[in-house]
Amino acid sequence: MTMHTLSVLVENKPGVLARVSGLFSRRGFNIDSLAVGETENPDVSRITIVVNAESSPLEQVTKQLNKLVNVLKIVELDPQVSVARELLLVKVRADRAARAQVLETVGLFRARVVDVAPDTLTVEATGTPDKLDALLRDLEPFGIKEMVQSGLVAIGRGSRSITAGPSLRAA
Amino acid sequence: MTRPTPETLAHSARRARTVAEPASDAESAGAVRAAASPAVPGVRTPAPAEVSGAGSLVRSLEALGVDVVFGIPGGAILPAYDPLYDSTVRHILVRHEQGAGHAATGYAQATGRVGVCMATSGPGATNLVTPIADAYMDSVPIVAITGQVARPSIGTDAFQEADIQGITLPITKHNFLVQEPEEIPRVLAEAFHLAATGRPGPVLVDIPKDVLQAHTTFTWPPTLDLPGYRPTLHPHGKQIREAARLMATARRPVLYVGGGVLKAGATEGLRRLAELTGIPVVTTLMALGAFPDSHPQHLGMPGMHGTVAAVYGLQKADLIVALGARFDDRVTGKLDSFAPDAAVVHADIDPAEIGKNRHADVPIVGDARHVVDELIAAVGTEQAAGRRADLADWWTQLDDLRKRYPLGYEDPADGTLSPQHVIKRLGELVGPDAIYVAGVGQHQMWASQFISYEKPYTWLNSGGLGTMGYAVPAAMGAKVGKPDTVVWAVDGDGCFQMTNQELATCALEGIPVKIAVINNGNLGMVRQWQTLFYGERYSNTDLGTHKHRIPDFVKLAEALGCVGLRCENAEDVDRTIAAAMAIDDAPVVIDFVVGKDAMVWPMVAAGTSNDEIMFARGVRPAFDEDDI
Repeated sequence: MTMHTLSVLVENKPGVLARVSGLFSRRGFNIDSLAVGETENPDVSRITIVVNAESSPLEQVTKQLNKLVNVLKIVELDPQVSVARELLLVKVRADRAARAQVLETVGLFRARVVDVAPDTLTVEATGTPDKLDALLRDLEPFGIKEMVQSGLVAIGRGSRSITAGPSLRAA
Repeated sequence: MTRPTPETLAHSARRARTVAEPASDAESAGAVRAAASPAVPGVRTPAPAEVSGAGSLVRSLEALGVDVVFGIPGGAILPAYDPLYDSTVRHILVRHEQGAGHAATGYAQATGRVGVCMATSGPGATNLVTPIADAYMDSVPIVAITGQVARPSIGTDAFQEADIQGITLPITKHNFLVQEPEEIPRVLAEAFHLAATGRPGPVLVDIPKDVLQAHTTFTWPPTLDLPGYRPTLHPHGKQIREAARLMATARRPVLYVGGGVLKAGATEGLRRLAELTGIPVVTTLMALGAFPDSHPQHLGMPGMHGTVAAVYGLQKADLIVALGARFDDRVTGKLDSFAPDAAVVHADIDPAEIGKNRHADVPIVGDARHVVDELIAAVGTEQAAGRRADLADWWTQLDDLRKRYPLGYEDPADGTLSPQHVIKRLGELVGPDAIYVAGVGQHQMWASQFISYEKPYTWLNSGGLGTMGYAVPAAMGAKVGKPDTVVWAVDGDGCFQMTNQELATCALEGIPVKIAVINNGNLGMVRQWQTLFYGERYSNTDLGTHKHRIPDFVKLAEALGCVGLRCENAEDVDRTIAAAMAIDDAPVVIDFVVGKDAMVWPMVAAGTSNDEIMFARGVRPAFDEDDI
């Protein structure tokens, strides 16, 4: 089983997310992560789905996705030629004694402190899932009080755009 | 038991009203037949009109050429029924929404046009769920229109509220919740376009009551807004040439024909392709009638209860050319042992079907009519170049199988009436021009085996979902769509008790269908499995229709305004069928009281390989492996 990142361009209409996510569960796929937002065209939303699957069942679910009337285009992003990021917000225990060490870790990962309390720091970090995992491993010894992660968003490298062109439905 | 004569029956038959005039030709002229272009069908209206949302809905249905809607009113859909009262659209008041849904399906399968059903919110809508799922599995173009609670009440658990859009997400091709009254014409046009084009299927349109009541303007035609919907109709030339090359070089090819060939109207082309190549043909349960049963190249139906020749032909093929078929588990048996030596050409309009169950060596995405026409041309090119498959050995083997293992049955040892005999005689006496509609179970399989289907759209049944209770309402819908064609339902006593209330609709609306109830007193197919796989422990399969004659189907038929006949022995079969055929002004029900022990053969037990096909109980066909 390997991770696949799918970019799904859909009509920006009510209920479309339910159609897409429902299809995955119905066909027996677990979605690892999902992120959705508008694109440069307000009529089009982009759903980035990370799914753990063999390639032949993935092809089947992609074909089924393509049959959804509100789905405009599906592209599988190759990790070699795309940029992928997640956002992490984490509340770390950081009293006076530990604070300097926490700040040093935050600095090493080029993360940012976005909120301060007497005994905690809230840290914001973006990066690949690997980088965020590493940051969390380093912060864990101090004590993680709460954390939240976004789904992965990803975009292809280079000047080509998957949203360009008269026909959005190529796949 | 006394049996009424046709004369007394005709006397007792009362017609409450005459059949309504269908919509004018201009409106109905094939307006909603599957069309390649997304142009909105129907007449142009001169000027925008001020109407209610409900008025806009009914005007849209008229503009789309709808001649009939099957439905039941209720609170949320009630506004729509007011303009419907004055419309050219005929509304047929059914007795249960499931009946409306299957009637729309039967209408669509018989005519090729979109069937329409209507129901209110909540329970009305949920009663449509089974027929919608049924139409989805069999790719039948229907549009279901449901009322919804008013927009401000949505999500509040209001009276008769159900999220029918959410409920039907997995069983519709697409569905809509109308948000604004101005959307109604566009959504209706999109719904009909989606239902009828590409791979057909059910589309649901849910309309809140306040949207139906609101003021709006009706303009026609609307502009369709379906940027993500572009079905591929024309196959890729390279794939067609590759398929033709394989067909010219294969030694044991089979044309595996599915329901898509009927939907695409490709039956004429199929016949030409088959005769041009000499390749044997099998037609699936959904495709009976697509290729004449009497044609010498027809091996019969493949699958669980298919003919030995058809099952074996596919199993030993070196090339399977699948046209509008989907390698369903009832056809393939245990998938990993299915047709192990066959290369597969798989043509389907739905790309997701290709490679879903069986790897396709030559995938072809396209409408079956275009595929078949282009295959004919490409095969012609191969033949002109002197490449033509020599199928003489293959036909020798298949003919031998057909001779040794024909479809057949034995009369029951206990002297009871043989259900196969009844169905066989029905087909022989009624002939190939009638439409036959089956329920689900043993009678369905016998009807598929022992009636000869010579023409397309003469066999309707619930193939994919296997919906018991399909037959009576689907026959009703077929008869409404084809009023000049004789429509026979072949039903079981179990199925019949699920939906026979629609016979009241038939009696009152002047829809003279004929129902042959193959009454073996049991849930016959389940009982057959109990006989074969559960040690003859008959748990909950005896319906009591023999033992206690509850219900008495003759009395039931009469209570529903139909003619009721009964036949209990072989000598009376022909006479009773003839009596039913003589009645054309009332629905007729024949209670054929048949033996309970008859079984459907041949059979490939569920989950086993097609190699394990049983010709009869304990009889395996003797295949000489060296022959192959």
